[in-house]
Amino acid sequence: MLYVVIAFLYISILFYLLFGGADFGAGIIELFTKDSKKEQTRLLTYQAIGPIWEANHMWLIIAIVILFVGFPEIYTTVSVYLHIPLSLLLIGIIARGTAFIFRHYDAVKDHFQKIYNVIFVYSSFMTPLFLGILAGSVISGRIDPNATDFVSAYIDPWLGIFPISVGIFTVVICGLLAAIYLIGEADTDEDREIFRKKALRMNILTVIMGGLVFLAGELEGLSLARQLLQHPLGLMALIAASLSLPFSWIQLKKGKVNSLRVLTGFQVTMILFTLFSSQYPDFIRMKNSTLTLENAAAGPATLNSLGIALLVGSIFILPTLFYLIYSFQKTPYKIGKLD
Amino acid sequence: MDDLLAARSQMALSLGFHIIFACIGMIMPFLMAISHYKYLKTGKDKYKILAKAWSKGVAIFFVTGAVSGTMLSFELGLLWPEFMKHAGPIFGMPFSLEGTAFFIEAIALGFFLYGWEKFNPWFHWFTGVVVGLSGLASGILVVAANAWMNSPAGFDFVNGEYINIDPITAMFNDAWFTQALHMVLAAFVATCFAVGGIHAFMLIKGKNKEIHKSALRIALTIGAVAAILQPLSGDLSAKDVAERQPAKLAAMEAHFHTEKKASLIIGGIPDEEKKTVNYAIKIPGALSFLAHGDFNAEVTGLDQIPQDEHPPVLITHFAFQIMVACGTILMIVGISWLFGNWKKKSYIYSKKYLGLLAMMTPLGFIAVEAGWFVTELGRQPWILYGIMRTNEAVTPMPGIVYSFILYTVIYLSLAVIVSLLLIRQINNLEKDQDLSLPLNQ
Repeated sequence: MLYVVIAFLYISILFYLLFGGADFGAGIIELFTKDSKKEQTRLLTYQAIGPIWEANHMWLIIAIVILFVGFPEIYTTVSVYLHIPLSLLLIGIIARGTAFIFRHYDAVKDHFQKIYNVIFVYSSFMTPLFLGILAGSVISGRIDPNATDFVSAYIDPWLGIFPISVGIFTVVICGLLAAIYLIGEADTDEDREIFRKKALRMNILTVIMGGLVFLAGELEGLSLARQLLQHPLGLMALIAASLSLPFSWIQLKKGKVNSLRVLTGFQVTMILFTLFSSQYPDFIRMKNSTLTLENAAAGPATLNSLGIALLVGSIFILPTLFYLIYSFQKTPYKIGKLD
Repeated sequence: MDDLLAARSQMALSLGFHIIFACIGMIMPFLMAISHYKYLKTGKDKYKILAKAWSKGVAIFFVTGAVSGTMLSFELGLLWPEFMKHAGPIFGMPFSLEGTAFFIEAIALGFFLYGWEKFNPWFHWFTGVVVGLSGLASGILVVAANAWMNSPAGFDFVNGEYINIDPITAMFNDAWFTQALHMVLAAFVATCFAVGGIHAFMLIKGKNKEIHKSALRIALTIGAVAAILQPLSGDLSAKDVAERQPAKLAAMEAHFHTEKKASLIIGGIPDEEKKTVNYAIKIPGALSFLAHGDFNAEVTGLDQIPQDEHPPVLITHFAFQIMVACGTILMIVGISWLFGNWKKKSYIYSKKYLGLLAMMTPLGFIAVEAGWFVTELGRQPWILYGIMRTNEAVTPMPGIVYSFILYTVIYLSLAVIVSLLLIRQINNLEKDQDLSLPLNQ
């Protein structure tokens, strides 16, 4: 049952990155949109993510519940040593969710809208940034359980080049996912063209940032490249993601929405797979010790009931969720050449 | 303010905020679904307008409840890591099921809010019902987890180790049913009377009378029934607490000395130094009867409980009194409403009576908060009753007071904005003179 639970943990993290990420990305895209186009983008974003955005964020809750029930020591270690970035993440989550709903449910459209918009776009940026920072810090061995002073116990674990570069990488991935998703949701050729350009830029940025993460890792002495060589599966996933890039560019040029979505989803999945397979079974690498999904797991009775709850839950959740996404998706169509 | 107090205040603030939003998010879908049902059956537009108006409330409260709930799932670890390290695997079962219920609620809400004129009307209606049912399930599950903290079960505590863990037994601990029942009824009472109060206020202002009358009838009828049932559930809870947590009952009742034929203390100011209660009304034997079903039964007082295990008496007693007072008032008003509505009396739409209903708006939520204080403060100094103290559970990170200040600012601003949004939604409904026009999404 341990492996069922681990599979659910990985899947919820993946889905959160894919769906929640696209959702954050919509705000990031809005942040980098010209003022004159912002209103249009907002409307489109609302139509595209309105019905499903809340469900997209449930994956985070599932992942957290799995961690605190099934791997309590991992959950509490993160909670203690990464208290500050976690709190900032939470503020991002609460600010973003409420600003998104407030701006659409405020019966009077006045200057409050400006405040909601500002909060929405900046928290859309901040939340994935801190998610990435958290991910970067748990894999980089910066947490020191024996630290005695405030800075080395609560600041050093996350404030570093590597965690921050992972954070920015995450932001860029979210932006990419959103741009690709919105191409298919746009109503006019003009909008599609805007998102197509943004997607291309985000795609290139993702590649650059990915490289910078490796560089930052080297600077901090993590030698990610050597780790990868020791995990052939992870290496293969990374190569597969890279090889599929030219196809993305071709499809982007052709404006084929469906294959683009699949390709981008594949690339992001492969990036995460690379991370998981080169880390597994480690979850938190600390100075002098490591919490793994095996040594930090709860007892068999807990894992059994958790696994069963997740399996039963997924029978209810997955079909209805896909029906929801299907119902509110634009009829898939071929856009054809945009140029 | 030391870190422990700051952490406790932050938790109290977060839960106190979340509980309101969770209650409304849990109950309003039912009101919405009833109005929607009436629309589908009668075809009268007023019910559709009402269902849509309420659905906006549901959307706002669901999201606020969802994000504040997400924060709580992190705050448990941020503030109480030592507790979560041991408790997570034991009381995690209701949380893992709640994750599913919550997820389904979010999915169903997506269908409902965006599905007008898009799906088969009855399928659409059904998704609204699912929102309510899964919300209710979430509420019950979370309360079951809290009940476990009052009534630990499903493990053996041997030499500081938590062994023989059984998550199912932990979930169905002794307190889960009484607590969940009391909370669910409280959520119905509080939400229905708040909704009813707002519509009563609108009726006094005198526009769109038909809509507001329908709203009153739906909300108050349900609220009144729940308010009448609540004392029965309270009685079950009291007997349960007397059995399992005598210290909590003693603090609620400011019952300092163990005695037979114990008096029920109404009101009064407990003096913890002198161990007496000043200015109180005392009904001899009534506490013995309420706690044990026998006027002569012995009720454990605080004198039988070690000094370092005393909950704070003053606040717990006050909170309990406030809860009971609010509940009693709501029950009486509820009965008067049911009677008037049933006999078609004209008084129920008189200005004075509507004014009274409008004054009831916050009462149910005051009772909910007060009851929450009773159950949480009454458990102190334990976080896990009899096993782990709250001060053993708190995070080692210093400076929690800054976190508390930050959260206070966030929650206060959210409270202000949500109130503003509601006022604006309500005013907007008033402006909508032509009732044949569908409301904007």
